[in-house]
Amino acid sequence: MNNLLDVNDLEIVFSRRGRKDVRAVDKVSFSVAPGETVGLVGESGCGKSVTSLAIMGLLPKRGVRLGGSIAFEGTELIGLPQDKLRRMRGRDLAMVFQDPMTSLNPVVPIGTQVTEVLVRHRDMGADAARKEAADLLARVGIPDPSRRLKEYPHQLSGGMRQRALIAMALAAKPRLLIADEPTTALDVTIQAQILELLKELVRESGTALIMITHDLGVVAGMCDTVHVMYSGRIVERAQRHELFAHPRHPYTGGLLASIPRLDQPRGERLEPIQGSPRDMLAWSQGCAFAPRCRNRVDECVGEAPVLAPARPDHEVRCYNPLGGSDDR
Amino acid sequence: MLRFIVRRLLVLVPVLLGLSIALFAWVRALPGSPAQALLGERATQAQIEMINRQMGLDQPLYEQYLRFLGKVVRLDFGTSVQTSQPVIDEMIRRFPATFELGVTALLIAVVVGVPLGYFAARRNGTWLDSATITGSLIGITIPVFFLAYMLKYVFAVKLGWFPNTGRQEARMLDVEHPTGFYVLDGLVTGNMAAFWDAILHLVLPAIALATIPLAIIARITRAAVLDVLNEDYVRTAESKGLTSGVVTRRHVLRNALLPVTTVIGLQFGLLMSGAILTETVFAFPGVGKFVADAIPTRDYPSLQGFILVIATLFVLINLVVDVAYGLIDPRVRVR
Repeated sequence: MNNLLDVNDLEIVFSRRGRKDVRAVDKVSFSVAPGETVGLVGESGCGKSVTSLAIMGLLPKRGVRLGGSIAFEGTELIGLPQDKLRRMRGRDLAMVFQDPMTSLNPVVPIGTQVTEVLVRHRDMGADAARKEAADLLARVGIPDPSRRLKEYPHQLSGGMRQRALIAMALAAKPRLLIADEPTTALDVTIQAQILELLKELVRESGTALIMITHDLGVVAGMCDTVHVMYSGRIVERAQRHELFAHPRHPYTGGLLASIPRLDQPRGERLEPIQGSPRDMLAWSQGCAFAPRCRNRVDECVGEAPVLAPARPDHEVRCYNPLGGSDDR
Repeated sequence: MLRFIVRRLLVLVPVLLGLSIALFAWVRALPGSPAQALLGERATQAQIEMINRQMGLDQPLYEQYLRFLGKVVRLDFGTSVQTSQPVIDEMIRRFPATFELGVTALLIAVVVGVPLGYFAARRNGTWLDSATITGSLIGITIPVFFLAYMLKYVFAVKLGWFPNTGRQEARMLDVEHPTGFYVLDGLVTGNMAAFWDAILHLVLPAIALATIPLAIIARITRAAVLDVLNEDYVRTAESKGLTSGVVTRRHVLRNALLPVTTVIGLQFGLLMSGAILTETVFAFPGVGKFVADAIPTRDYPSLQGFILVIATLFVLINLVVDVAYGLIDPRVRVR
């Protein structure tokens, strides 16, 4: 199969003089097919955002060691010279960030921030770019786009700003869009709108999407494939329906159990995952999730489990997965 | 924008009125009197009263103030006690000199300081960064009179590259000065020799005067750029694959220059009030030394006039800074 993006054994290590190295991402592999929507799920600090920054080539050069491979349509991105990366960024792969309040330049009109992408990657003149920018804003659902183009970010609401950022990301018709928690900073009602918009836009344009989130609800609504990350490693991956129907990793199970459901009996309490992300083992000492795990067995401490198929197209990194071995 | 400027100019009127009252009161409150300063210790009471009557100092204070105000409006600041020249003539002679020197010094400070601060931030933690921090510390702490004397000794006296005093060579005394700005005069009258001579006279004092603003501007720029580089919107700009030139100019510098603009304005205001030490070392006929000398000689008219003009300049420069701020940052723009 010809994949759009192949991430293979990606390793990201932060090193600072006088401090111990921090291995933020550890041998992560996944791929994205053209037009596919892939979810990268996990809590803060699990390495999902760092992975996306690595794909975009946006990690600082100093103090970061990258290992493994990130191939975009066969082009290796790790070690690619900056000028080549700059030509691909925004044109082939684009990104929408978490916080629309701080992700727009406050002293530059919205219009310029959209047109600069068109001028750079689509060789448009100023007039053509302005017209196209207005179309783009209209497409992401910003009313009165020609007026908005002249306005500054502080004159737009949070939802509008995120729409504008999506317009910028899609301006050059990238084949891969990475959305890093695009709705976390927004009101709940706006969240739903933005997700719907993203879903619609990637379907229309055939853009592949990597959806980075800690919210399984978001994943349930849009992703084809889901990768669950914990402490820098992928702990479970499956098609969306498979994952929700048969979560195998206790961490995934915990995430699902902690989502309130409409069909839940009244008065029943939500079940949180015990402990905090800081209670973890180094993978060299066993399973990082072991200290918080309800299914822990003796093997969990010692040698780390490997990512192994539990069912067809369903891999899990666990010695004692949920659902036991009965469906095997 | 225009309405904003007009409104700010109108606000200037009460500010200047208040200032003139404070200034008037302060000068009257100084110990000693002009009569005493003029006549010396052995003056008789009758002589003092005569001088006071001549100068109107026997009138009630509010009348003195109103008369002072009426004259100021007509740009009549009285006669300097030091030089017996009309104060306005001293101003016309000295402010262009100070302005020329101050602008040159500020130009040096900005042209060197901003790029220096920018590259120090970009190469944060490298030798260039450390050198900039250390250099700016030296720039701030080095005594100006020492630096001025060293510059003069090395480059004027020993090497002879630059003239060591004044604004123009003595042999050019017959050169015309239609504007009072000697560099400009050279250009206007087409006298290239005088133009070049005026520039040469500015170099050393301007360098001496530029060190402190340069150091401050470099530091502020460095800190501001470091701040902005960590902003999300710079990451957004990078994620769009823009050229590094566009990222730098449109997304980094435009934001980082906001605090730098404020500092440049403040430094410019300070420079306009003259530079006593530099002017003394280079015998530069600017505002600073003249005003300093006006205090021991009880030169009330000069003191009042010059301080009023300096304060007006300061307020005007602040207005320019505010306008510049509005141009750069739409969030502070007043509609």
